[in-house]
Amino acid sequence: MLDLLDADAAVEGSRAIVYVKPGAGDSETVSKGALREAADQYARALWSAGVRQRDVVVIAHPEGLEAVFTFLGALRLGARPSMFPAPSEKLDPAAYRASTQLMARHSGARLVVASDAFLPVLAEVVGCPVVGFSHLSSDHGRAVPAVAAAADDIAFLQHSSGTTGLQKGVALSHRAVLNQVASYSDALQLAQDDVVVSWLPLYHDMGLIAGFLLPLLQGLPLVLMSPFDWVKRPALLLHAIHEHGGTLCWLPNFAYSHCARRVLDREIEGLSLAGVRAFINCSEPVLDSSQRAFLERFGPIGVKPQQLGASYAMAENVFAVTQTPMGRPPRLDHVDRASLTHRARAEPMLESGPTAGVYVSCGPPIPGVQLRIERGLEERRVGEIQVSSDCMLSGYHGRPDLDAGLFDEGWYRTGDLGYCADGELYVVGRKKDLIIAAGKNLHPHDLEGVVNSVAGVHPGRAVAFGVADEAEGTELVAIVAEVETEDPESRRAIGRAIRQALLEQLGLSAAYVHLVGPKWLLKTSSGKLARAKNREKWLAERGG
Amino acid sequence: MDPGPVREKLRSFIVATLVRDASYPLRDDEPIITSGLIDSFALAELAVFVEREWHVYVPDPDLTVERMNTLDQIVARVLQG
Repeated sequence: MLDLLDADAAVEGSRAIVYVKPGAGDSETVSKGALREAADQYARALWSAGVRQRDVVVIAHPEGLEAVFTFLGALRLGARPSMFPAPSEKLDPAAYRASTQLMARHSGARLVVASDAFLPVLAEVVGCPVVGFSHLSSDHGRAVPAVAAAADDIAFLQHSSGTTGLQKGVALSHRAVLNQVASYSDALQLAQDDVVVSWLPLYHDMGLIAGFLLPLLQGLPLVLMSPFDWVKRPALLLHAIHEHGGTLCWLPNFAYSHCARRVLDREIEGLSLAGVRAFINCSEPVLDSSQRAFLERFGPIGVKPQQLGASYAMAENVFAVTQTPMGRPPRLDHVDRASLTHRARAEPMLESGPTAGVYVSCGPPIPGVQLRIERGLEERRVGEIQVSSDCMLSGYHGRPDLDAGLFDEGWYRTGDLGYCADGELYVVGRKKDLIIAAGKNLHPHDLEGVVNSVAGVHPGRAVAFGVADEAEGTELVAIVAEVETEDPESRRAIGRAIRQALLEQLGLSAAYVHLVGPKWLLKTSSGKLARAKNREKWLAERGG
Repeated sequence: MDPGPVREKLRSFIVATLVRDASYPLRDDEPIITSGLIDSFALAELAVFVEREWHVYVPDPDLTVERMNTLDQIVARVLQG
């Protein structure tokens, strides 16, 4: 894979990566030559630290250029880097003991690399050696032997967060990654004057592939920033696009709403986004309302409908499964929601129809990828989206037991629900109960596990679910937990403890934490908590 | 700027809009971000509110978890102008 990077030797001095920070004039530029040198240097340092071919190197709290250099350095050695989802937001490292223990237990890592502040905590809970970025950047070890990677060797692992995610590292081969890069570049009509601008976390498939490896391997400039800096100041992204000539930007749906609502007029004075070829919406349900809000807010500075794109993607396919054609906005499909729900059929209906709903197309499959609904249902029939491609995962790291359930007749079972119409994919639902909040997949099971361990909560009697929030353009997290105490002050204390635990262990802030008495939660006939029913009950009580 | 009304406007904005619970008894010195009560998206929302309400722009060095974690801190920042 790195052969592509090395082959691009012609323009050593040109910019490979620009790392943007908040505040005027504060960015760091790395030339292509410097990037290659850094990858080599980090490779030597990793070798000195005992890393060999096929070893897993976990990059904990991956932010900034050091994480990039470590990732590339590991690739140089034929080792398998993995950017680990980090809950941190520069909060107290010691608070993340529980999540780091989880990470250690499941990763099978040979080495964990992190920023210096996290070393003491990590060293305590992680079984393997732990090393700081500063150590790698200053270690000038001796030259390492060249490693020849075979196409089907695993290049790297991708993990999503939570216990569930940490146990399922998606193992991707060089062949799969290169196929994806080639096919996706085709679908995007990628050209030498493209510039990718990204705030996305590197542990997220969109951030890792679209916002990092794709531009890097294609020799295109990449502009990065910290996700934490962007969240607080969404205008940072728009500034970066303007200043560095950004042409492509991938965003989860909520980011369209976030930008539309939280960018001040004074922050966009004099900016132009007219040079962008596409803002690509991906990672969570695409909402027409969020895209319209974005268009309306930034139309005056050059954003046009034909710049809006969408994609359906997943780590198991390296990244993109579909992509809307460049230069035109995604198709909108007005369908009868009642028919969708009751007959699993997306019947077209006029926008003004009483039960009409609108779905945004994610486009046709990219080259090398095929789609089917269930085992080949016809157009407009809703069912499980299944994928067959030349960029599929090799398996889940260390989990051969999961292989059997992954494929149906050789087609990967996504667990997402959708339909096809006129050759384009429309996603209408997702894996049972999965919460997708701000582009992140959250398994209710993981959240409930954390809540159940909080003192005062009746163990086993908590449910977590998502609540769609149109204004935010995403789902918010809601927790309903049974407690014995009726005392308001004690309940408030338990509520605080639940929020603290969710933040520390999963890095999330629950929008709603609702404590109830012993008779509130509904159970299924077998005595288990009925997540969906409890969600309906909670929504009904709120009048929603 | 009068500190009293600034504090009360911020308090009701935080509980109603950010915490989504108008009856939440927010204490003046209660850490709201590090406790998981609100997230850092809320910092962006807060910055917009403060600018629109009092024309006070909170620059990046001040818009941090450390400096905007309690109502007391936020009020002080707004009064600074």
